[in-house]
Amino acid sequence: MKKKIDADKINIHVLAGIGISMILLMGFMGCIGGEKESKTLSLAGSTTVEPIASKAAEVYMEKHPDVKVTVQGGGSGTGIKMVGEGTVDIGNASRKIKDKEKDLYPDLVGTIIAYDGIAIVVHPSNPVENLTKQQLQDIYAGKITNWKEIGGEDREIVVVTRAEGSGTRDTFIELVMNKGKVEETSRALQKPSNGAVKATVAGNESAIGYIGLGYVDDTVKPVKINNILPSSETVKNGTYPISRALYMYTKGEPSGVTKDFIDFILSDEGQNIVEEVGFIRID
Amino acid sequence: MNREKLVERILLICALSAIFVIFLIIMFLFKEGLPILKKEGLSFIFGRFWEPSKNIFGALPFIIGSLSVTFLALLIAVPLGLFCAIFLSEIAPGWAESLLRPVIELLAGIPSIVYGMFGLIIIVRAIKVSIGLPTGESVLAGGIVLALMILPIIISISEDSINAVPRAYKEGSLALGATHWQTIRNVIIPSASSGILASVILSMGRAIGETMAVVLVLGNVEMIPRSIFNPAEALTSVILLEMGETPVGGTHYQALFAIGILLFVIVMLLNTASILIRRRMR
Repeated sequence: MKKKIDADKINIHVLAGIGISMILLMGFMGCIGGEKESKTLSLAGSTTVEPIASKAAEVYMEKHPDVKVTVQGGGSGTGIKMVGEGTVDIGNASRKIKDKEKDLYPDLVGTIIAYDGIAIVVHPSNPVENLTKQQLQDIYAGKITNWKEIGGEDREIVVVTRAEGSGTRDTFIELVMNKGKVEETSRALQKPSNGAVKATVAGNESAIGYIGLGYVDDTVKPVKINNILPSSETVKNGTYPISRALYMYTKGEPSGVTKDFIDFILSDEGQNIVEEVGFIRID
Repeated sequence: MNREKLVERILLICALSAIFVIFLIIMFLFKEGLPILKKEGLSFIFGRFWEPSKNIFGALPFIIGSLSVTFLALLIAVPLGLFCAIFLSEIAPGWAESLLRPVIELLAGIPSIVYGMFGLIIIVRAIKVSIGLPTGESVLAGGIVLALMILPIIISISEDSINAVPRAYKEGSLALGATHWQTIRNVIIPSASSGILASVILSMGRAIGETMAVVLVLGNVEMIPRSIFNPAEALTSVILLEMGETPVGGTHYQALFAIGILLFVIVMLLNTASILIRRRMR
């Protein structure tokens, strides 16, 4: 009987010990976190802007080893929400802030950090090289449903699009579907990211999709629009018809590390990174 | 206060925190989603078009999408799972059981995104090539992937209920001259039927709530599927696809929460039904 009580006592002491040390540990980590707070920078949002932000963060951290920069995706809407609520320092967006968002977070300030073309991509084996903007619109409106109608093989076209609210989709709808006046076909497959659209098109000979220029590689084939192939030059000189600006949003005018990071992206070196990952520099 | 009491208190607080979290989730879900459900009323559930940019919110295509993949999954998984459970509990020799059981448990432990990837690379492609469809992303692909995912639930709960059938029933049947198969079919399965039904309903809840695997293989098309070879979109997929991109607090945002409410209510009803049936079993 006596022994049993002793065992209980020991257990409780052990438990209490573990409990106290955990609390101490948490407090300790809190301190470290607090100290580091001024030296961390977090970004989230558009999957289009993500490659620029990630690469820039990598280079920036090499130059400033005391600063830790984290980059997340999530989509333009998420980026604006998170920066508006103060969860992150910079919200990436591949579209301009919407009125609704402006009402919610009136103090957000946007900085254009790059331009981007939206490439229309098909499977590499697809013989179609060129589409007019009208043909593209007809495909996405469901008026053209077979590749043979536009000089391809006799295959039903599988239209791939992004979910409603995506920055890339908004730009596409605005520029190709006459700001949404032309209805998109409800047969279009919806994908959650640029990467998912690319993967779908790369795996299906009948598919057509649209992705940020930075995402184009040899798994998919970009199509000429009105005889213009999307590239840095054609977007910059304005001949390629489907392009847009990319933004970084901050709460108020950027300051401190945030300002330093955005200035870095706007600098010559930063803009070289923009170009390197496949986007178009602003200067 | 003695230590015994102290520990009891701590455990009680831990248990209550689970209830508290559920309560918070329900409150949050309904706070965000209820206004639009009230405003749109039945047209939210029976509306055939989903066009958030025009403030048209009809979730019918997604409800039908979710239900059709779920029923297809049950159609595939219930017979398979039931026969597997019968085999395991009644027929399997020791070595087969010790081989099969860990494999089935492993099946339950695979993360859903891995099922999704497997479905996208193998099943979707196989359907596309073998049937000659423009895309293999379809209700059929979703049904097959979900069937694999709910199989372990059906097998383990059915097996439990088969094992719970009193030994005397089986012995009595065999003593009357029935064969083993006759005993299984006419005595054991009927006695275990409520447990089997509970497993079906529980797996239905699991299938309807599944997100990651489904979003990868279903194609996500805002249209009511006309056959199992058409793509469709599930309730869960709409939330996953559109949540990240929509402005917070807007009607679109609220509509996504309203879809969350639909899902919550459906899964809640299914779970309750499953609990009631299992209670009756005992």
